[in-house]
Amino acid sequence: MHGRIRTWGPGALVLLPTVLLLGYFVYGLIAWTFNTSLTDKHSARPVPTNHVGFENYVNLFGEDRFLNSLKNLGVLTVAFIVGTLLFGLLWALLLEKGVTGEGVFRSVFLFPMAISMIASGVVWGWLLNPSQGDDARGLNRLFDIIGLNFLENPWWTAGNRWTTMASIALPAVWQLSGYIMALFLAGFRGIPDELREAARVDGASEFKLYRYVLFPQLSPIALSALIILGHMSLKLFDLIYAITGPNQFRTEVPSVYMWNTLLRSDMAKSAAIAIVLLAVVAVLVIPYVAYTVRQESEE
Amino acid sequence: MTVVDEASAATGKAAAAISQKPRRSTIADGSTRKSRTVRYILLLLFLLFVLTPVYVVLITSFKTSADTTAAEQWSLPETWTLEPWRKSWDVLQPYMVRSLSLAVPAAIIASLIGSANGFVLARWRFPGANLVFAFILFGMFIPYQAVMLPLRQTYQELDVTRGIPTLLITHVIYGIPICTLIFRNYYATVIPTEIIESARVDGAGLIQTYLRIILPVSISGFVVTLIWQFTSVWNDFLFALFLTQQTNGPVTLGLAALAGGQKVDYAASMAGALITSFPTLIVYILLGRWFIGGLMAGALKG
Repeated sequence: MHGRIRTWGPGALVLLPTVLLLGYFVYGLIAWTFNTSLTDKHSARPVPTNHVGFENYVNLFGEDRFLNSLKNLGVLTVAFIVGTLLFGLLWALLLEKGVTGEGVFRSVFLFPMAISMIASGVVWGWLLNPSQGDDARGLNRLFDIIGLNFLENPWWTAGNRWTTMASIALPAVWQLSGYIMALFLAGFRGIPDELREAARVDGASEFKLYRYVLFPQLSPIALSALIILGHMSLKLFDLIYAITGPNQFRTEVPSVYMWNTLLRSDMAKSAAIAIVLLAVVAVLVIPYVAYTVRQESEE
Repeated sequence: MTVVDEASAATGKAAAAISQKPRRSTIADGSTRKSRTVRYILLLLFLLFVLTPVYVVLITSFKTSADTTAAEQWSLPETWTLEPWRKSWDVLQPYMVRSLSLAVPAAIIASLIGSANGFVLARWRFPGANLVFAFILFGMFIPYQAVMLPLRQTYQELDVTRGIPTLLITHVIYGIPICTLIFRNYYATVIPTEIIESARVDGAGLIQTYLRIILPVSISGFVVTLIWQFTSVWNDFLFALFLTQQTNGPVTLGLAALAGGQKVDYAASMAGALITSFPTLIVYILLGRWFIGGLMAGALKG
């Protein structure tokens, strides 16, 4: 036994600082946030606080503003995932067989990922200017110039939730479709040639080749992409902050609402929003992490 | 394919797979000249879509404020000027310096820790190593809002001024999971177990094995984690907003201040967006191959 400890002991020792650090900064602080969310610490004043159980959560889910932010988040997530998967897959399909200048296309489609969401938000805020008609600016002005006036719209200032949140999703789609393209492209290129050739020899049409031979091979990648995009969308903050500012009810999502609540020094409520956000992300991610680690250990 | 597989692909394999020239099939590849033309037209249209914001940023950043009227928004500047660039550089310059002094050390320290962790988790395993791996992995998925309030409070109670040093510590800590993941999968692919076994039989300890066998072949792993960390620290806004102030924050805060407020100078904002994006864009242009590798591995960290 002593000998065995001597072999693995140093390894465990290397990981000890990381485990301690993350133990405090991830798990400890989450527990702290959760604890705060159960109190009535609603101001910065140093008054004694009491535990009030789940009162803050009950209040949140009975509140129009929070429910609005959840609905916004739902719509944003759907629009963002559908848009990104669509563009990403389409670009990968267009490039997959190899075209002249493929490197240029790939680089251009991917470059927005290198840019901060604040920088792209500054630019998209300009592009998504709600003015129309003679005073049209940004994309609306462009539509006017190229004769597509019917496309002019009030973007995120529109009265309806779908138009509003789809306008917020648009820059995010612009920024992340290239990444999904890269994932799918790697997937396509990883499929052995023999599979395609065999299908062609069997007389399969192009459509059938993709539908029955190639796409099924890509479904694990599609699942990864779905989780990646879903969890990005749930956390989206910078882009909304940069495009509309943090104080817009119509584009508010929980991550932004949490910041606004903190600005009013309502610690308990802010913590409760953060915990709800964490719970939503965890539902998506924990099964995935568990599955990933289990697969690893089977290898 | 799981995240972890992607990460193992990260260190070049996937990047190579993407850039691989598709083989010319001996059997017709099923595309006619017409379909090839259609494909090209579509690709060019999408290229235009992706580059439209770039055009806008560039032309606007060279315009005088009189030149930025609604009707002129999409035309080239009537008089080209460097004034917006000068103006935004004056504002952003101290932020740029702070961001650089933040992102470079944060990337290096997190990568070093990640490399050591990754080595142990891949090739010097101990009982419960998988559990520890899951413990670490979860840290990279959490929405940071869930730790932000007590994090501020922790630094307050330690009585340290919130600024670049605290932000640096923060980025190192929350960067450890992704760096560990990337290195763990990198070592699992490139280092055969037998080499480690025989080193152990020869009596080499953990440190010796790491320094003599692992470190020399870690360069591509380091390139990926350094790029990934540098980019995400440089582009971070959330931690910066919660943990620093306008007066001592990194460049994302500076840009948000420059482009926010009541009377926005669009030309200067656009120049500012370009200035703050330069470092990561240069990394992307010079090391794009590796950048893709990092994306593959790191995308789960928002």
